[in-house]
Amino acid sequence: MVKQEKEFVNRPDNTAFTQQRLPAWQPMLSAGIIIPGFVLIGLAFIGIGVALFVTSQSIQVLEVDYTGVEQSSPCFKCSDPDVKNCVCKMEFNIDSLFKGPVFFYYGLSNYFQNYRGYGVSKDPNQLSGDLDSFKVPSDSCAPYEYVGKTPIVPCGSVANSMFNDSFKLYQIVSGAKIQVTLDGKGIAWWTDYNVKYRNPSVTPLKNAFNGTVKPTFWSKPAYELDPTDPANNGFINQDFLVWMRRAALPNFRKLYRRITEGDYAKGLPAGNYSLEIAYNYPVLSFDGRKKNEFLGIAYLVIGSMCVVMSIVMLIVYAKFKFPEEE
Amino acid sequence: PYLCEERRVRANDREYNEKFQYASNCIMTSKYNIITFLPVNLFEQFQEVANTYFLFLLILQLIPQISSLSWFTTIVPLALVLTITAVKDATDDYFRHKSDNQVNNRQSQVLIRGLLQNEKWMNVRVGDIIKLENNQFVAADLLLLSSSEPHGLCYIETAELDGETNMKVRQSVSVTSELGDQNNLSSFNGEVVCEPPNNKLDRFCGTLYWRDKKYTLTNQNMLLRGCVLRNTEACYGLVIFAGPDTKLMQNSGRTKFKRTSIDRLMNTLVLWIFGFLVCMGVILAIGNAVWEREVGSLFQSYLPWDPPVDNFLFNAFLSFWSYVIILNTVVPISLYVSVEVIRLGHSYFINWDQHMFCSQCNTAAEARTTTLNEELGQVEYIFSDKTGTLTQNIMSFNKCSINGQTFGKYPLGPQPKRLDFTPFNPLADLDFCFYDDTLLESVKVGDLHTQEFFRLLSLCHTVMSEEKSEGELVYKAQSPDEGALVTAARNFGFVFRSRTPGTISTTEMGRPATYTLLAILDFNNIRKRMSVIVRNAEGRIRLYCKGADTVLLERLHPCNQELTNITSDHLNEYAADGLRTLALAYRDLTEDEWEAWSESHRCADKATDCREDRLAAAYEQIEQDMMLLGATAIEDKLQEGVPETIAVLSLANIKIWVLTGDKQETAVNIGYSCKMLTDDMTEVFIISGHTVQSVRQELRSVSLTGRTAACPPSSWSTLPCPPPPPPPPPPPPSNLMDNISGEFALIINGHSLAHALEADMETEFLSTACACKAVICCRVTPLQKAQVVELIKKHKKAVTLAIGDGANDVSMIKSAHIGVGISGQEGIQAVLASDYSFSQFRFLQRLLLVHGRWSYLRMCRFLCYFFYKNFAFTMVHFWFGFFCGFSAQTVYDQYFITLYNIVYTSLPVLAMGIFDQDVPDHRSLEYPKLYEPGQLNLLFNKKEFFICIAQGIYTSVVLFFVPYAVLSDASQSNGVPLADYQTFAVTTATALVIVVSVQIALDTGFWTVINHVCVWGSLGSYFTIMFALHSQSLFRIFPNQFHFVGSAQSTLLQPVVWLTIALATAICIVPVLAFRFLKLDLKPQLSDTVRYTQLVRQKKRKPGRLGARGGSRRSGYAFAHQEGFGELITSGKNMRLSSMALASFASRHSSGWIDTLRRKKHTSAQHLGGVQSSTQLCLWVSSSTLKLLLCSGRLTRYTY
Repeated sequence: MVKQEKEFVNRPDNTAFTQQRLPAWQPMLSAGIIIPGFVLIGLAFIGIGVALFVTSQSIQVLEVDYTGVEQSSPCFKCSDPDVKNCVCKMEFNIDSLFKGPVFFYYGLSNYFQNYRGYGVSKDPNQLSGDLDSFKVPSDSCAPYEYVGKTPIVPCGSVANSMFNDSFKLYQIVSGAKIQVTLDGKGIAWWTDYNVKYRNPSVTPLKNAFNGTVKPTFWSKPAYELDPTDPANNGFINQDFLVWMRRAALPNFRKLYRRITEGDYAKGLPAGNYSLEIAYNYPVLSFDGRKKNEFLGIAYLVIGSMCVVMSIVMLIVYAKFKFPEEE
Repeated sequence: PYLCEERRVRANDREYNEKFQYASNCIMTSKYNIITFLPVNLFEQFQEVANTYFLFLLILQLIPQISSLSWFTTIVPLALVLTITAVKDATDDYFRHKSDNQVNNRQSQVLIRGLLQNEKWMNVRVGDIIKLENNQFVAADLLLLSSSEPHGLCYIETAELDGETNMKVRQSVSVTSELGDQNNLSSFNGEVVCEPPNNKLDRFCGTLYWRDKKYTLTNQNMLLRGCVLRNTEACYGLVIFAGPDTKLMQNSGRTKFKRTSIDRLMNTLVLWIFGFLVCMGVILAIGNAVWEREVGSLFQSYLPWDPPVDNFLFNAFLSFWSYVIILNTVVPISLYVSVEVIRLGHSYFINWDQHMFCSQCNTAAEARTTTLNEELGQVEYIFSDKTGTLTQNIMSFNKCSINGQTFGKYPLGPQPKRLDFTPFNPLADLDFCFYDDTLLESVKVGDLHTQEFFRLLSLCHTVMSEEKSEGELVYKAQSPDEGALVTAARNFGFVFRSRTPGTISTTEMGRPATYTLLAILDFNNIRKRMSVIVRNAEGRIRLYCKGADTVLLERLHPCNQELTNITSDHLNEYAADGLRTLALAYRDLTEDEWEAWSESHRCADKATDCREDRLAAAYEQIEQDMMLLGATAIEDKLQEGVPETIAVLSLANIKIWVLTGDKQETAVNIGYSCKMLTDDMTEVFIISGHTVQSVRQELRSVSLTGRTAACPPSSWSTLPCPPPPPPPPPPPPSNLMDNISGEFALIINGHSLAHALEADMETEFLSTACACKAVICCRVTPLQKAQVVELIKKHKKAVTLAIGDGANDVSMIKSAHIGVGISGQEGIQAVLASDYSFSQFRFLQRLLLVHGRWSYLRMCRFLCYFFYKNFAFTMVHFWFGFFCGFSAQTVYDQYFITLYNIVYTSLPVLAMGIFDQDVPDHRSLEYPKLYEPGQLNLLFNKKEFFICIAQGIYTSVVLFFVPYAVLSDASQSNGVPLADYQTFAVTTATALVIVVSVQIALDTGFWTVINHVCVWGSLGSYFTIMFALHSQSLFRIFPNQFHFVGSAQSTLLQPVVWLTIALATAICIVPVLAFRFLKLDLKPQLSDTVRYTQLVRQKKRKPGRLGARGGSRRSGYAFAHQEGFGELITSGKNMRLSSMALASFASRHSSGWIDTLRRKKHTSAQHLGGVQSSTQLCLWVSSSTLKLLLCSGRLTRYTY
């Protein structure tokens, strides 16, 4: 026995692995699995599709275009970039109650926040409160890196181009204007507010910005974005954070405010409203928008296709039956 | 004066010889050493276009204006790829070092200052005198100086060198042979002047200058490296050529780097992808130019152009390069290294395969090259050596016909008893093996014919004997046939004891006898016979003659007519069995006749002109009117399972050519015995012309005959051919074999081949040869072997495989796409040059039909998927380009881009590429037709590539536009829009990973534990790594690097995102599923059918396994097994010997064998459509009774 073992020292191991005999599951696209599978997937998709479609139908959207391209628009006068501190009012009417919570967005179209050069034009160290980067901003910020030799804080193109129109919403009830309370808390991502963007730990915040200048397009420096609330000032200003989270597509909307408090928490009742716009941001064009029904419809289409396909397969299977039985 | 055209060597004078700086005897095949490894290896690796390309990309990425991706997205995979390749190269080289060392450190005895010292081979110098002992390998090319045998003779075996196994004699120059032993040799200081190193094995010319005399040296005086000393106790030689200068090494030639056809295709495709990449880049750059002009000019108020950029054209130019960077992932960096890993895995499976382990020689199969595996699945031509490859090179006395009676039937039954000769004959050779006791009886009862028959065998030969002690006889025969015959006579009581030039001493039936040897009429190729004339003790003179039946039967006395007829029948029978036959005859001579002839013979012998012819005439004169004694049949023992292997391989549409250095007769014999040639062949053409014209003439007549035949030979495999009339089911078994082989065969001689291979005739030769079912080239030189292989490679575009065992096969092994060496024999040259080695020819079927087929299948599936996943991944950037101002913004996070190919999607496809199986191994041996897709290159070709690419692009469209459509307007429940870049990136990436994982799950047909671990593990690793990279802790450490902090969490908690992913997955996968299902149903491949029946049977068998056993089947198996047909599928034999299912197993195999034959016959029926063929197939598998019938029918035919 020992001798024999010695003789065959070169014999390969007889294991399932080396002999390629590992137990294995060998799936086969048999009709018994595929056709019912298709029916099931189809039905599931149709179900989800119907639900999504119904949900999307219940969403109410109202869009107001204040670009001011047409001369008839109240904001036409503001669309000239030379006009400063322009305020215009858009009035509109709601037919039925807008159920709360109501979200207030601003939208830009044909605006390329996803442009590569634009996206990299910021200094993450600076924005996370690193004071060294206040003095020497990253090269990626160019050309919004320095004014002369003074560093810009926050530097870069993204920050520089921050959207700075502001809005006030009034309900006109028998001629009187009642301001709708807009809530600007928590409109940015939790991680952006709590982790990604940090003010330098210097009090008062203003001191940290000594020896720097504000971005060239800005009317006021970062430490004055919201002087009333230190938790909404500097780099952790919600509007700033919303802007800095760049959009994936050239037509986008960003959350401006929520209507969650006060009299209007339950929704906007039907009636006339007036939107007061502090028109600062130079935009040139704007498209209309539609409700998003895509997802629901797509599910319905794919679901139905699966069902149709399964019928086709059943027919084919019945006609050219693969030899299931020996 | 030293001239480079000649070499001067002075014996025992190292100082003198060192002046010329001859190569030492050290052989180096390794490429690197420790210091040179890194630079040389890196240099070699960067010669790969792909690696240089990625280096170039890396440089591009360092330019800030262009860099659209961080440098590490390229350097991480590149470093990984370089490292893996370097590790592999280092291991390979390590083994080369080891094998070099092993050879270099062999011991030899060198004569230094009068003393014999043990030296390593590598320390042997030119000019040294070394001593060789019996059975030792010759260490370098030596000039034989003296030997222990008389007249300075020594015997060598040159099988290593030229494949010829009969012994050769070498003789030293007489002056040196007198020197004798080492004492005299140490003072020998002769100088040899000879030709420089060359590769001509049969030529040497030089001169020995010694003591002011010149002696001419020829090849007769040389012992070449690689030879083995035989039957010679010891000899001394002077080293003339050493190491790389030896003829052996000069012949081995440069190692060519072999690439597989998939490799070449892959390179072409990668080039196309480069082209595609450039096109994409150009399109996007044009887009960028237009965008910058039309839209971007407005956007410049937010983001002006970078300083060096001053116009949109320049910007577009930069954008082109940026896109080249981000789209570079279509050229997959990890492709080559993954392919290598898969091939390495397959090579290990070959090494580990127990069914290719030979227990007799304790050798496992070895994949020596790890880069050719999938080509094993595409072989169309096999070129095989004969000696040592198809045959064992053992001759055994198998049958004989004596006075019209045939002996030597192989007994039926499970354990045939070998005859025991010892009680009857103490001098018998114990290794001799014979089964028919009637022959022994015949000898014992003193049948005169039988006794005379063996007396002839004991006298008429040129064997030398050696009797070390009483009764311990050793025969030294020139050819193994002769040895076998004399040994047979010895065992049957006619023992050849010794000879002197004038006498032959024998022991006949226990009584010593001495014959006076009057003359030897020696053998030559033209005479094809030899005779001896002896006088016995009583003074009677008799001529004994043995020779080829064709020449001998003509020279018989007319009274032999009746016996001749019977013997001819026997001879035909033997020949049909592939045995080597000789006819034996004698003639009584009167004293006067002898005297008269002796006189004329002496005259002829003394003649100065035309001596040969005169001698031949003299021989001819006396070899007349002979009396026929009988005939012998010697079996040139085939290796186990050779005919079956050849049958299976030819069923797999593989053409087998035998290229041998051996004689035409022996080659043809082997052709018959391994069933390449059969009597049922329409015609066997022999081309043996010596001139260009005659060869051309012969070739033309062959093709003419071929054309007039009803059905062109090649048609059964490729061309549609009128189907043979359908045989009544069940067909008579003998017809099965007839129909697959009844075609043409071509046998061509080496000298004719030389003409046929000339440029103007090669196409003619090729078309003729390829039309023949069997081609045998005999008497070919090693170079011609290679030329034949090259010819097929050049004109047929087919994958060729050469298999051989000797050094004469090296050139052919090297020039074929795949070279296989037979290991376990003494020589290793062929193995060293080969890509694969194993010890039995029959393992070839497993190597090709199982390993090769799997490798090809796996590689193809791997490549299809690999290109698919990279296109699906990369093209998303292209679509995104239209929405981001063609600014080369990536869709995904850069870490995702870095890790996608090397972590998230690499392992599942590797696992599939290594472990996938469509049908189990024994199935692919049972259905050799399964091999066909590989030969036709069906599984991965340009069309398949475009399908994969199209699927990839389709997937990328879905992966981009579905999230685009859904997310652009969707928002979280708290109103935060989902259309931000990071959410979009995470959604797309997740959808991508899931879609490609589902796709690989669909592509995997064989889910082992490892596949599960890889697929689920990769998905798991994707989520784990993503959450880690998007975690706060990492961001706090490197705020500059991890911009995606919180994105994974924020995104993947959104139901909308999951709905989007599910939708995208469904849109990508559902059409694929439907398409595959319909294809399986409407157009099933043979492999699908086999797989299906296999699975169905597995399910059915599970409950009652024992039911498969049956008494009659078991006996059927044992029956077939003895005849070797049970071993047709050799794999099975080793696999489950202990298993209870042995009987059922065996019966399944034999039924499969018959099935395949049957299907072969019905090739046309199979063309009608997969559905019919599959039902037919099922029918055959289940009809076991029929199978039994076929088996036994087949058996009887084989036995007789």
